[in-house]
Amino acid sequence: MAGAKNRPLSPHLTIWKPGPAMVVSILHRISGDGLALLGLPLLLWWLGALASGPEAYATLLSWVWVGEPGSTAKAITSVLGKIALVGLSWAFFEHLLSGLRHFVLDIGAGYELRINAIWAWIVMLGSIVLTAAFWAAVLL
Amino acid sequence: MGEGTSIGKVRGTGSAHSGSHHWLLQRFTAIANLGLVGWLVVTFALLPSFSFVSVHEWIVRPLPGIAIALLIVSTFWHAKLGLQVLIEDYVHEAANKFACIAALNLAIFGGAGFGLFCIIRLALGGA
Repeated sequence: MAGAKNRPLSPHLTIWKPGPAMVVSILHRISGDGLALLGLPLLLWWLGALASGPEAYATLLSWVWVGEPGSTAKAITSVLGKIALVGLSWAFFEHLLSGLRHFVLDIGAGYELRINAIWAWIVMLGSIVLTAAFWAAVLL
Repeated sequence: MGEGTSIGKVRGTGSAHSGSHHWLLQRFTAIANLGLVGWLVVTFALLPSFSFVSVHEWIVRPLPGIAIALLIVSTFWHAKLGLQVLIEDYVHEAANKFACIAALNLAIFGGAGFGLFCIIRLALGGA
């Protein structure tokens, strides 16, 4: 198409003043892609280990959570594994709440500036509260 | 496509007639994920422990098996739709975009197939 390369581009990230709606939108993409790229492989590893028997399951636990005496590699990955699992649980709650926000926006509601900002904040704070509640339920 | 008038230049370059289907599927699978992954997270919180015996005893039962199988389908489907948008947004060169989306489809079907095989094996007492 003639002149297509010279058309004006729509303004991108750099010209906007950051606001809660923008942050939630970016977090929705980060959390969703994190769940897809890290969460789903971990889910498959977990199912594969369960289907392979107690030894494979013990291997998974030692890499991702408990470590193993004398293994520096597993000492490192077990810390990373804990960070990844806490991060994934946060990503799930963030993506869930942000997704529910999308459903509301889909029906055309919640675009008034103040209401929109309030719900964006509720998504961000709510995901942290739910993550904390989840780990309290698991560990306590 | 026309060469001359303004309207001639844009005629025929409109809707791809497939976007709304993608959009709707993303919502449908999101609703399924809400229920199924929500159930899995609550189950994780309620499991007595994450030992092999405790998790295995739970997952070989019929209802958890069916729910996990459905969860694999809905989460991998939803992830495919989401990652496809990621690729379309950030990979601009047509051939690279095609290669990425092709690889994504292979990974999604491969991953979901592996997950379903695992849960069927567990449910039928193979492990």
